[in-house]
Amino acid sequence: MTQSEELYRTVRLIRRFEERAIELVNSGEIIGGIHPYIGQEAIAAGVCAALRVDDVITSTHRGHGHVLAKGADPARMLAELAGRVDGLNQGRGGSMHAADFGLNIYGANGIVGAGAPIAVGAAWARMGAAANTVAVSFFGDGALNQGVLLESLNLAALWHVPVLFVCENNGYATSLTVADGVAGSAVARAAAFGIPAVTVDGADPAAVYAAAVAAVEECRAGRGPAFIECITYRFDAHHTWEHKARVRYRDPEEVEAGRARDPIDIQGARIDGGVRAEIDAQIERELDEAVTFALGSAKPELTGAMDYLYATGLRGRTGVGEMVV
Amino acid sequence: MPRLSYQKALQRALADEMARDAAVCVFGEDIGVGVNNVTTGLLDRFGRARVVDMPLSEQAFTSFATGAALAGRRPVIEFQIPSLLFLVFEQIANQAHKLSLMTGGQAHVPVTYFVPGSGSRTGWAGQHSDHPYSLFAHVGVKTVVPATPQDAYGLFASAIRDDDPVVLFAPAGALGIRDDVDFATLAPVPLGVGTVRRSGDDVTIVAVGHHVQTALAVADSLADQVSVEVFDPRTVYPFDWDSLAASLDRTGRLVVIDDSNRTCGIGGEIIATAAERMRLISPPRRVTRPDGAVLPFAHGLDQALQPSEAQLIAAVLEVVKGVL
Repeated sequence: MTQSEELYRTVRLIRRFEERAIELVNSGEIIGGIHPYIGQEAIAAGVCAALRVDDVITSTHRGHGHVLAKGADPARMLAELAGRVDGLNQGRGGSMHAADFGLNIYGANGIVGAGAPIAVGAAWARMGAAANTVAVSFFGDGALNQGVLLESLNLAALWHVPVLFVCENNGYATSLTVADGVAGSAVARAAAFGIPAVTVDGADPAAVYAAAVAAVEECRAGRGPAFIECITYRFDAHHTWEHKARVRYRDPEEVEAGRARDPIDIQGARIDGGVRAEIDAQIERELDEAVTFALGSAKPELTGAMDYLYATGLRGRTGVGEMVV
Repeated sequence: MPRLSYQKALQRALADEMARDAAVCVFGEDIGVGVNNVTTGLLDRFGRARVVDMPLSEQAFTSFATGAALAGRRPVIEFQIPSLLFLVFEQIANQAHKLSLMTGGQAHVPVTYFVPGSGSRTGWAGQHSDHPYSLFAHVGVKTVVPATPQDAYGLFASAIRDDDPVVLFAPAGALGIRDDVDFATLAPVPLGVGTVRRSGDDVTIVAVGHHVQTALAVADSLADQVSVEVFDPRTVYPFDWDSLAASLDRTGRLVVIDDSNRTCGIGGEIIATAAERMRLISPPRRVTRPDGAVLPFAHGLDQALQPSEAQLIAAVLEVVKGVL
C-alpha cells in the first residue's frame, strides 16, 4: 500500500469506527457515551504514520483516533468501549482511558492536558538509549490553558527531551471558543519556550504527515522537542451526550462549512477509485467483525471489580467491612 | 553502637536503593544541594541523569515521574513542604494511582513521593504545617509514616521497591530522633505491617508517626497506674488490622493519637473498624487536630491545635475508668 493509501485507510477506519461506536452508544451497548473524533482523523493518521511501534503516545478524552492510528486492534478497542473482558483494558478503562502498552500507547486521559507531562517523562526516561524513540503528546486547544501543559513545554525544552507536542485546535474547548479562551496563540506559547512550532492544515492527512515526519526527525536527532498546531474542526458533538442535551453553541452554517473540508474526501481524492473502494469494503468487513467480537465478548465478573487496583495484588477491605483478604 | 538519626536513615535508604538499582532516580527542588539533608551527596555520587533538580513545576514533574515510571524508571520525588501534595493531588490520586486499574493491569507506576518534615515544623504557619496522610489513605494510595530511624530506613526502601505509588511522610517531629543502630541490621520493613512498640494489658494506644514518641512518654508517665500497649501501624494504608485486633484482644480498650484533622482522619477509621469488628470493653477515644484545623502562626496557637501528651493522658484515663 502506498503512503497515500495508508493515510486514507487510517482516516477512513477511524471515521467508520466512530460511526459504528455512535450506533452502539445509541443502542445502549456503549454505556456513558464517547467523545467522537470525527473530523479530526487526519491528525492522528498523519502523526502516527510518522511513528514507530516503540514510540510513545499519550492521548486525550477524544482519543479513539490516536489509539487506532498507533495500531491498536479495532475489535479490542470496541470491546473496551463496550466494557468487555476482551477490551484493551479488560473493560476497566473505557473510552477515556483506552491504552495498549504493548504498542506504547500510554492511554487516553480524562483530564485535559494531563498526558503532556507523562509523555515528557517517558521520553526523558528513554533518552540516551540507542533506539532514539520519541513521545507524542496529543492535546486540544483547551489544554493550552492548563498550567501543567506549559510546565511540560518548559521541562521538555530545558532538557531537549524528544517530545512532539501536537495541538489539535478544533476551535472549541467544549463550548468555549478559542477566541474567548486563548490569549495569544498556540504556536506563540511554544515559541516562548524556544520550541520550534508550525501550524498546519489539520484536515489534510498528507500535510500533517509531512509536518510530523519533519518534527519527529528533529526530535530523534536530539534537537529537542517540537510543536505542531493542527487547525481542525470537530464535525460532531463534544460528547454524544450532546445529541440528547441539544446544547447549542455552533451555528448550523458554521458546522456545515467545517464539515465541507473532510479529511476522508481530501485523502480519498488522492488515491485510485478502485483501490479506495477496496479499502472501504475491507474496513466494513473489519468493523463488522469488530462489532461481533466486541458484543460477543463477556462482561467482566463482578467479583473482579477491584482487580488490578494495585500492581502488587494488594486487596483492601470491601465496602461492607470485611477484614483484609 | 553507632547512633543513627531519622534524617540520616532516610538519606542512607535513598542512597542504598540508588546504588542497588540503576532505575531509581530522584526528582525535587533544591535536591542537588540537599536542602532537606536527605539528598545530600547524591548528585556527586549518581550524577545529573539520576538526581534531577526540578524547576518549580510540581504538577508537571509529578506526572513526569509517572511517565518515567511507565518507561521503566523508579522515581522518588522529594516535596519540600507537605502542602505541595495538595497541589499534585491530581497527579498522584487521579493519574498515578488509577492507572493500574484503568489499564486492566497493563501499567505499573512505581513512584515514591516523600515529605521530609511533614506536620508542624513550628513557626511555618498555615500553608507549611499540614499532615495529610489520611487524605492519601482515603484515596487508597499506599501511605507510610515511619516513627523511628530503623523504620524510616526500612519503609523508605520498601516504598521505593514497591511496584505501586507510595507516599512517605517523615514527620518533622520525628526527624531529630536518634537511635542506637547496628547498621548491618538495616533492612526493608514490609509495607502494611504494624508493630507493638510497648506491651501492656489495660489499653492500646494506636499512635501514628511522631506520636509514637508521645504515646511511649504517656505510657511511661502512667506506668504505675495503667499498663499501656503502644501500637505503631507504620503504614496507615494498607492498615495492619490483624495486629490491631490481636492487641485489642488483649486490652479491650482503645485510644488513638493521630495528627490529622478530626473529620475523616485515620483515627476515625481505626475507631470505626474496631467498633465494628474488634473486642472493645469501653468506649474508645481519639486525640486529633480539631475539625478543619489550619495551624495558626503564633507559637502557642500552633501548639494548641496539635494533639498533645496531656490530651492523650486524659483520653487514656477516661478509657480505663473503673479499672484503676
